[in-house]
Amino acid sequence: MVRPTTPRLLSAALLWLAAAAAAAGGPWTSESGAFRLGYQSRLQPLAINRMHAWVLHLERADGAPVEGAEVTVSGGMPAHDHGLPTAPRVTRELGGGDYLLEGVRFHMNGDWELRFEIDVGGTRDVVIVPLRL
Amino acid sequence: MNRLPPSLRRHLPAMLAVALLLGGLERLAAPDGEPPWTPAERALIESLGLGALPPLPPAPDNAVADVPLAAAMGQRLFFDPRTSGNGAVSCATCHQPARRFTDGLATARAIGTSPRNTPSLVGVAYSPWLYWDGRKDSLWSQALAPLENPDEHGTTRVAVAQLVHADPAYRRTYQTLFGPLPALDDTSRFPPAASPNGSAEGRRAWQAMTAEDRDRVNAVFANVGKTLAAFERRLLPQPARFDRYVAALENGDEATAETLLSPSERRGLRLFIGRAQCVQCHNGPLFTNHEFHNTGVISAEGEEPDRGRAAGLRELRADPFNCLGRYSDDPERACAELEFARGGPELLGAMRTPSLRNLQSTEPFMHKGQLATLRDVLEHYNRAPPALIGHNEAKPLGLTPRDLDDLEAFLGTLATPPPGVADSDASEAQVLDLDVLVDPVL
Repeated sequence: MVRPTTPRLLSAALLWLAAAAAAAGGPWTSESGAFRLGYQSRLQPLAINRMHAWVLHLERADGAPVEGAEVTVSGGMPAHDHGLPTAPRVTRELGGGDYLLEGVRFHMNGDWELRFEIDVGGTRDVVIVPLRL
Repeated sequence: MNRLPPSLRRHLPAMLAVALLLGGLERLAAPDGEPPWTPAERALIESLGLGALPPLPPAPDNAVADVPLAAAMGQRLFFDPRTSGNGAVSCATCHQPARRFTDGLATARAIGTSPRNTPSLVGVAYSPWLYWDGRKDSLWSQALAPLENPDEHGTTRVAVAQLVHADPAYRRTYQTLFGPLPALDDTSRFPPAASPNGSAEGRRAWQAMTAEDRDRVNAVFANVGKTLAAFERRLLPQPARFDRYVAALENGDEATAETLLSPSERRGLRLFIGRAQCVQCHNGPLFTNHEFHNTGVISAEGEEPDRGRAAGLRELRADPFNCLGRYSDDPERACAELEFARGGPELLGAMRTPSLRNLQSTEPFMHKGQLATLRDVLEHYNRAPPALIGHNEAKPLGLTPRDLDDLEAFLGTLATPPPGVADSDASEAQVLDLDVLVDPVL
């Protein structure tokens, strides 16, 4: 007997996409539109179970780099109702709107969501970054 | 054709098309009717094979981690009952090689009874965390704790250091590896009962020692742990039938692959990487993500729910032998795991994902041995009951009894003969070879 193939092909396509998880992404616009944030992983290609760092790039809507921002990150897998396995944090500002985010690790394949809270001199905004591994 | 009823004749072209299509699909399918693996499934399956296991992670906190002499000393200590208060308990009392370095008990029994199930040590060097709750962050630091636990070895760090000092082979090896030993035979300076974790009398004796002497003992104790770690680093999984299947797939040798897994085992594998979602946590060649999950495992009878990682991380941060502590050999104290470790209420009741290689002869399962058989474990995940503490990340799976049979069959393909038993394919792998290491230089 041959089982229905459509769901299988669909899940295969999803897994195929997952295998090609972007090691760089964005920019994503913040909720109120003030900022845009992108990332570049220092682990290429992105893989599960590996501790690594990202370089975040933060800019204003007009593309001007944002310096002196406080950026904090949380997140998890909404479908699994659990958070990140680590507590990554920005450890250094690299200049030109770049920030080093250390302590990044993902421990499952699937859909992740990272929530970046940005504070620039009291102006606060949130950027949600979706990621499929 | 004209003899066919008109209604059938009308549908004949469509039926022929369907038959051709089915025939075509059938040719693509494996002989048991299962469709062939998609490229994405293949990639996932290959990521589980031992061929995908990276080299051992470096251990900059342990300068002798890869020194054979240290491994030899660690191996001898591992099996040495003089490392216990009653002279009858060694690491191998609970970590029995023939049982994949477990003991077949619900919870460990040595001098007393421990609150948790003995985990296997095979492939343990790949885990950034040790213990079910991850309260240790290195192999060498983990190896120290049972020695002073009154329910396990029930000895003291001073007594362990004195054993190394008194035994000529240990002393010679130690001094070759680490340099001179302090005058540990001076029992007025180094009372054998002294320990910061011991009885009230032992703690008083420990406090009465000078800070310098306490540090000297701690350094020897840590070095003993580093030799044990050097041995344990060499406990690596051997290729199982599943790995030969993966290798055959990778070589494009479908005919050989067919002979290596039965239809039921292949269906189990399909469930494992698909509908049953096992691969979510049991991923990579060791079938574990080395992380902590609350999966609603029931409490042991008559006990309060175990707080798991939420408590383990607090304990780790306060541990003088952790990655950031002064007994690490890494001058840079590169401790990303500890530095970026995540704690908090979400990790309440979360336990470390165990490997699924060699489950046979390691039952009962889970952190307190609550589930007697593999079938019990599969049924637990199929039901995914609410957690008694924290929340269960897993959701009910709706698998049939036949699905569970297939999953169980698949897990059987991850078994290898116990160490010391010849495996025709093992010679090419990095394997535990007890004959090489027993007393080679001591």
